[in-house]
Amino acid sequence: MSTPDSAASLTAPQPSDPIWQRVELARHPKRPLALDYIERVFTDFEEFHGDRAYADDSAIVGGPARFDNRPVMVIGQHKGRDTKQKLQRNFGMPKPEGYRKALRLMKMASKFGRPIVTLLDTPGAYPGIDAEERGQAEAIAVNLREMARLEVPVIAIVIGEGGSGGALALGVANRVYMLENSIYSVISPESCAAIIWRDAGQKHLAARALRLTARDLLGLGIIDKVIGEPEGGAHEDHEKTFESMGAAVRAGLEELAPLTRAQLVDDRYQKFRRMAGFFSEPQ
Amino acid sequence: MSWWKRDKPSVQTPAADRTVRTEGLWVKCDECRQIIFKNDLEKNHQVCPKCGFHFKIEARARLELLFDGPFEEFDKELRSTDPLEFVDSKPYKARLKQMQSSSGLSDAVISAHGKLDGRDVNICALELRFIGGSMGSVMGEKITRAIERSIAHREPFIIISASGGARMQEGAASLMQMAKISAALMRLDEVHVPFISLLTDPTTGGVTASFAMLGDINIAEPGALIGFAGPRVIEQTIRQKLPDGFQTSEFLLKHGFLDAVVPRGELKAFLSRSLDFFVDRA
Repeated sequence: MSTPDSAASLTAPQPSDPIWQRVELARHPKRPLALDYIERVFTDFEEFHGDRAYADDSAIVGGPARFDNRPVMVIGQHKGRDTKQKLQRNFGMPKPEGYRKALRLMKMASKFGRPIVTLLDTPGAYPGIDAEERGQAEAIAVNLREMARLEVPVIAIVIGEGGSGGALALGVANRVYMLENSIYSVISPESCAAIIWRDAGQKHLAARALRLTARDLLGLGIIDKVIGEPEGGAHEDHEKTFESMGAAVRAGLEELAPLTRAQLVDDRYQKFRRMAGFFSEPQ
Repeated sequence: MSWWKRDKPSVQTPAADRTVRTEGLWVKCDECRQIIFKNDLEKNHQVCPKCGFHFKIEARARLELLFDGPFEEFDKELRSTDPLEFVDSKPYKARLKQMQSSSGLSDAVISAHGKLDGRDVNICALELRFIGGSMGSVMGEKITRAIERSIAHREPFIIISASGGARMQEGAASLMQMAKISAALMRLDEVHVPFISLLTDPTTGGVTASFAMLGDINIAEPGALIGFAGPRVIEQTIRQKLPDGFQTSEFLLKHGFLDAVVPRGELKAFLSRSLDFFVDRA
């Protein structure tokens, strides 16, 4: 969980801190956003709206598109570029209706045998009164369980900030990739620092402790692949980033193509079943 | 500056002398502030006999309340290996050691099998005193194994939640336990074995946003704090005071996220009746 820009502190991190630099790159204002990838890595995107129960949440966009001229469902968390967009997109913090819309679209794809690509980029699920009233926790929980049941290939890619359960709710995939300068964490460095040191200004220490970079998570076996970014970060060369992502999606879909519906469900189940088994037990 | 200066210090009574010692016979209710005879509280399963306030109780007491008699424990010795080598105010390894020796548990959950009203069930009870009942790799594994046993033996499964959410000290590994357990619950669902989620005070974060909300029925004790984001996080985000009764069991019942709010004393009978609906007795 995190709050938008809650870091009101004077103790600035050292500019040379490489981990904190990555956190800043992951949140860079010129970094490509979900809709940029959807428009440039995919073609013929058609946005579908609404959760059929309450509203349309514009923090999550999704709908059918084509990839290499084959139909896929693509769903992404979109933060918005300027202030007006950011407000409209709620800074990429989805509400329950966003998660329910995403699940509706994923089930649709599963029904018709179309692969799913999700793009994760959120500071976290929205922590607000209305979101709680409409069951933020329930919406995320149901997505986790139901994504495990999807009978099509699912690829999840963290493109910026993978903010805790709010990101994971689109992340139960057969393959999980991260862009080189993206982050994925159980809690934002600011919130973590606020809990441990009672000072959000220690965020750079928290970022280091949390091991939230793509390389760290690859090492821990939590993700399958790191997608390289251009020198200086994705914002330096959007085209090149789109190409790298395209290549990763292509390879992922090819790997999963031979699997039957039942094998896809089992592949995903086993992946998470084995994941993060950091425990010991006496024999 | 005051007008008059005291020459001698005022009479200071040490804090310890100001309270009357009653040898722990009496306690004050956190809710109604009335004095309760401790025996009465114990007989009433730690529920205030005057106002019905539910005191927090330990995981083991929860299990004793629901099982007919002795129960078998599983995976008692599973311990976290501290994947991140996390250090906050003290190293996570030291924190775990201290918690293990003070609680007698290896982590924040007890996984048990026994009889509830004569019926074989698996129950996982979360221990709030153990790093806030937080979920890391050990809890994820113990609960997943309990689900797998429930599938293998077709025995109903119950989780009693009391937790602040995912365990920060295990980073993304904790986060992934949410997906792991939820996927296992998908399999339990597919074989039509019942899962009942009981939420107790408090249940928040990644625990609410995974298994605690995925029961065939979700029930809670009265007055429990239940939510995704904690109240402080929400207040800081929206910069408003939260309404009274926000994120309580009763609030969730009103908004449609709980099947029932059940007082502690009626839990066992409620669970037994629900299970009777789900599956015939052998």
